[in-house]
Amino acid sequence: MIDILNAMVVLSNYVLIPAIAYGSQLALGALGVTLIYGILRFSNFAHGDTMAFGAMVTILFTWLFQSWGITLGFLPTALLGIPFGIIATAALLLATDKLVYQFYRRQKADPVILVIVSMGVMFVMNGLVRFIIGPNDQRFSDGERFIISAREFKTLTGLKEGLAFKTTQGITIVTAIILVLVLFWFLNRTRTGKSMRAFSDNEDLALLSGINPDKVVMVTWIIVAGLAATAGALYGLDKSFKPFIFLQLLLPIFASAIVGGLGNPIGAIAGGFVIAFSEVLITYPLKKVLKYLMPEQLEPSGLVQLLSTDYKFAVSFTILIIVLLFRPTGLFKGKSV
Amino acid sequence: MSEPFLIGEGMTGGYGTGADILHDCTVAIDAGQIAVIVGPNGAGKSTAMKAIFGMLEIHRGFVRLDGEDISALSPQDRVAKGMAFVPQTANVFTSLTVEENLEMGAFLRRDDIAVTMRQVYELFPILSEKRKQAAGELSGGQRQQVAVGRALMTKPKVLMLDEPTAGVSPIVMDELFDRIIEVAKTGISILMVEQNARQALSIADKGYVLVQGTNRFTDTGAALLADPEVRKSFLGG
Amino acid sequence: MTTSMKNIGLFFVVACLIAGTGFIQSWNTALFILNMGLISAIMSLGVNLQWGFAGLFNVGVVGFVALGGLAAVLVSMPPTTDAWAAGGFQVIVGLIFGAATVIAAIFIQARMVAGKIKVFTTISVLIVGFFIFRYFFDGGVEAVEAVNPAGTGYLGGLNFGGENYKSWGFMAVVSWPVGGVLAAGAAWLIGKTALGLRSDYLAIATLGISEIIIAVVKFEDWLARGVKNVSGLPRPVPYEIDLQESPSFSEWVYSIGGDPVTASSIVVKLSYAGLFTAVLIIILTLAQLALSSPWGRMMRAIRDNEYAAAAMGKNVTARHLQVFVLGSAICGVAGAMMTTLDSQLTPGSYQPLRFTFLIWVMVIVGGSGNNFGAVLGGFLIFFLWVQVEPIGAMLMQAVTAGMAEENAIRLHLLGSVAHMRLLTMGLILILVLRFSPRGLIPEK
Repeated sequence: MIDILNAMVVLSNYVLIPAIAYGSQLALGALGVTLIYGILRFSNFAHGDTMAFGAMVTILFTWLFQSWGITLGFLPTALLGIPFGIIATAALLLATDKLVYQFYRRQKADPVILVIVSMGVMFVMNGLVRFIIGPNDQRFSDGERFIISAREFKTLTGLKEGLAFKTTQGITIVTAIILVLVLFWFLNRTRTGKSMRAFSDNEDLALLSGINPDKVVMVTWIIVAGLAATAGALYGLDKSFKPFIFLQLLLPIFASAIVGGLGNPIGAIAGGFVIAFSEVLITYPLKKVLKYLMPEQLEPSGLVQLLSTDYKFAVSFTILIIVLLFRPTGLFKGKSV
Repeated sequence: MSEPFLIGEGMTGGYGTGADILHDCTVAIDAGQIAVIVGPNGAGKSTAMKAIFGMLEIHRGFVRLDGEDISALSPQDRVAKGMAFVPQTANVFTSLTVEENLEMGAFLRRDDIAVTMRQVYELFPILSEKRKQAAGELSGGQRQQVAVGRALMTKPKVLMLDEPTAGVSPIVMDELFDRIIEVAKTGISILMVEQNARQALSIADKGYVLVQGTNRFTDTGAALLADPEVRKSFLGG
Repeated sequence: MTTSMKNIGLFFVVACLIAGTGFIQSWNTALFILNMGLISAIMSLGVNLQWGFAGLFNVGVVGFVALGGLAAVLVSMPPTTDAWAAGGFQVIVGLIFGAATVIAAIFIQARMVAGKIKVFTTISVLIVGFFIFRYFFDGGVEAVEAVNPAGTGYLGGLNFGGENYKSWGFMAVVSWPVGGVLAAGAAWLIGKTALGLRSDYLAIATLGISEIIIAVVKFEDWLARGVKNVSGLPRPVPYEIDLQESPSFSEWVYSIGGDPVTASSIVVKLSYAGLFTAVLIIILTLAQLALSSPWGRMMRAIRDNEYAAAAMGKNVTARHLQVFVLGSAICGVAGAMMTTLDSQLTPGSYQPLRFTFLIWVMVIVGGSGNNFGAVLGGFLIFFLWVQVEPIGAMLMQAVTAGMAEENAIRLHLLGSVAHMRLLTMGLILILVLRFSPRGLIPEK
C-alpha cells in the first residue's frame, strides 16, 4: 500500500505536476495560435517570438519593480510585470498588423504568403528581443520557491518519496485556469466575443451582419497579446528565459493547436495537455515509479526511459503526424483540412 | 408611376475584371411587396441581386433606396440602411447556436432586440425550440429559417433572398413560401431569386424574367404566369 | 533596357560586390562568399523548385541540408573497424528490427479489418518491436561509443582507402549525390504524410522533421559523433600544405610575385569554386530544362489553380510529392557539398529555422519561380549575411560616436550588433514581399 502511495508521489512529482504546468503553458500558447488561425486564417510562425517579447517586457518591468523594492511577498514580482508585458505586446502586435499583415488581408492574399510573412516577422521580433535583452539566460523569479518542498512533504506524510510543488508551477496552473475561464466567458457571453466566433465561422456572413472586421482583428490581436505574454512570462518563470527557447516551443505549440483542431479553442487546450503529458511521460525514466509497483524480481534493470529528453520534440512531432494521418482536422473538429 | 422603394436601374457590370454579366438590367420593388427574379441557369439572377446589394461593381446604372442613391455604398453600409441579404449557401454560422445566430443578425442594433427575436421565434416556432442548438446541427429547412431569421433581426425594410428553397423538400418549400408571405405582410419588401419559377411567381406581386443578364419579361406575377410565351419558354409549358 | 540586359546587370553587380570584398577586405573572405554563394545558390534552386514551381512551403530545408552533411561523413570517412566489431552490427540489427516494426505496423494498418483487434495488434506490435529494437540498439550503441571516444566513438563511413583515406578525395564528391538520396528519402516520408493537406500543415511537418534530423545528427554519437564533430574529412581538392611544399607551385607563385601560403589557400578555394560551379551549372541546366518541359508547365498549372488541374485529371498530390522530393534532394546535395567545403561536420551549427529562413530569403528576393533569380538571390543574400555585421558595427559606431566611451547605451548597442543579422534578413523579406513580391528577376 505504502509502495503504491510512494509510486504515486513519484509520478506526481516528476510527471503529473510538471506536465500540468507545461501543458498549461502550451495550452495558452496554442490558444493564441488557434485564435489567429481562426480569425486571421494563417499559421503564425511569429507566435513563439511574440511570447518571448512579452516575457522580455515582463522581465524588464520585474527588474524595475525589484529595484524599487516593490515585491509581492511570497509571490514572484513578475506577476506585477505581466500586465505591462501584455500592454507592450499588444502594442507590438497591433503595430505589426498595421504595418505588415493588414496589406495582405486587404489583398486577400493566399494564407501561405501570410505564413512566410510571419516568418519574416518572427526574425524581426527575435532580433528585437536579442537586441534589447541579449541572447543569454535571464533570471527574474523571486518570492517563495516552493508551495511545498520535497522535504516538507516527506516530514508531513512520512513517505519515503518527496513531492515538491513549485510556486511557479502553482501560479502557472492558476493563471492558466483564470485566463481560460475569462477567455471562454468572453467568447461565449459577450457581443464582441460572439462576433469573433461568427467571424471565424463565416467571414462573409459576418460582414453581411454588419460585424466590423477591423475591430474583430484588433480585438483578436489584443487577446493574443494577453495569452502570449502571459504564456511566455510563465514559461520563463517556471523554466528559464532564453530568447531562442521560444523558437523551440513553436513546434509543440503548433502540434498542440493542430492536434486539438486548428481554430478550435477547446481543442487547443486539450492538445496542449496531450502534448505535454506525452512529452514528459515518454522522456521520464519510469524506473523510479515501477520499482514501487513491481515485485523485486521483475524490477526493470534499465531506466525504462522510452526516449531520451534530447528527442522530446520528436514526441510532439510523432503525435502530430499520427493525427495528420488519421484525423487531419484534429481531435476536436477544427476548421478545414 | 411613383418611384419604387428599391430600384436597381440599368445595371451593367460583372465580377472583378471579368466580362459583364448584367447588361442594362433593371429590378425594382415597391414597399411591402414581393418581387421575384426568375430565369434560366446563368441568366444572372443572383448576380442582379448581388449588384443591388453592392457585392459587385456596376459601372453603369445605379441603385436607389427610398429615393436615395446608394450605388457607392458597401454591402455593410447598405445593411445599416435597412437592407438584409440571405445568401444561397453558407448562410448561417454553423458553430454558433440558433440564438447566437439571431443575435449576430442584430449586431448593428443598439436598441433592445428581444422584441424582434420574439417575433422571429413566433414566425419560426421550431427555432424557439432549438435556440440553444448549434445551427450546423439543424436540417436544411431549419437552417434556411435561421438564415431568414438572422436577416430579419436587422429589422430590414427590404429582405433579399437568394434561392431560399434550394435543396429543401417540397413540403418545407411550401412552408417557407408561406412564411415569406407572412413577412411581407408586416410591411417588409421582399426581393427573391428563385429556381422554382412557377411557385415563386404565384406569390409574387412583381416578376422579372432575366435572360443573359437583361430583362426579358417584366409584369405582375399572375400576368407572367398567364403569359403563354413565358410559360412555354420558362415554365415548361 | 531589356530584361536580359537588366538580369546580366544584376549578376554583374553581385559579382562586383564579391570582387569588391576581395579588394577592400581580403580575397579569402571574397572566395568564402563565392563558395558559400555557390552552395546557397544550389539550395535556393532546390527551394525554388518546391516553392516557385509548385507553391510548396518547406520550412525544413536545414534538415535536408544536415542529411547531406551526414552523408558526407558516412561516405567519405573511413570505417572504424573496431567499432564495427564492438557493436556496429548489433546497432544495425537493432535498426533492422526497428524498421521491421514500423513496416509491420503499416502492414497491419493497411491489411487488417478495422476494429478493436486491429488497434490492439498495432499497438502490441509497436510496443514489442520497440523493446526488441531498444535491446539490440542500446547495447550496440554503448559498445560503439566506448571505442576510443575521444577520437572516433562512431561507426565511420565507407571510405576504404585505409590509412590513406585522405587521398581518396573523390569519395567526397561521391558523397554529394548520396546526400541527395538521403534527403530524398526523408522528403518522401514527410511528403507522403503532409502533402495533400493544408499548406500550413506541410510547413509545420517539415519544421518537425528537420528538428528531428538535427537532433539525430546532434545526439546519435555512434552515427557521426554528434556534437563532438567529425573533422578532417577528405577533400576533393589539394591540401594547402601539399601545395606549399610542392616546388613547382612555389616557383610559379614566386614568378608572379605572390606569397605561397596565401596563394595556396586561394588556389584551394578556387578549386572548390570550380567544382561547385560545375555542380551548379548541371543543376541549373536541369532545372531550366524542367521548367520549360511539359512537366514544368504542368507543375505551374497546378500551382496556379490546383482545383482546375485536379479537375483535368492531374494527380496533384503525386506531382507535389515528386517535386518535393526533388527539391529536397538538391538541398541534400548542397548540404553534402557544404560539409565537404568545411571538411568537418558540426551539428551544433545547424540552427533549424535560421538556416532555412536564409534560403527562403534568397529565393524570394531573387525571384521565386525563376531559376536565375534563385541563383542571384543565393549569392546576394549570402554576401549580405556576411557583410551585415561589419556594416552594422560601422553604423553603430557612427550612431554612438557622440556618446561617452563607457556609456551603457553605447556599449549595449555595440554589443548587440551581432543580433542585427536576422533582424535585417527579416526586414528584407518583409519589404521585398510587400513592395516587390516577384523579386529581382521575376518569373516569366
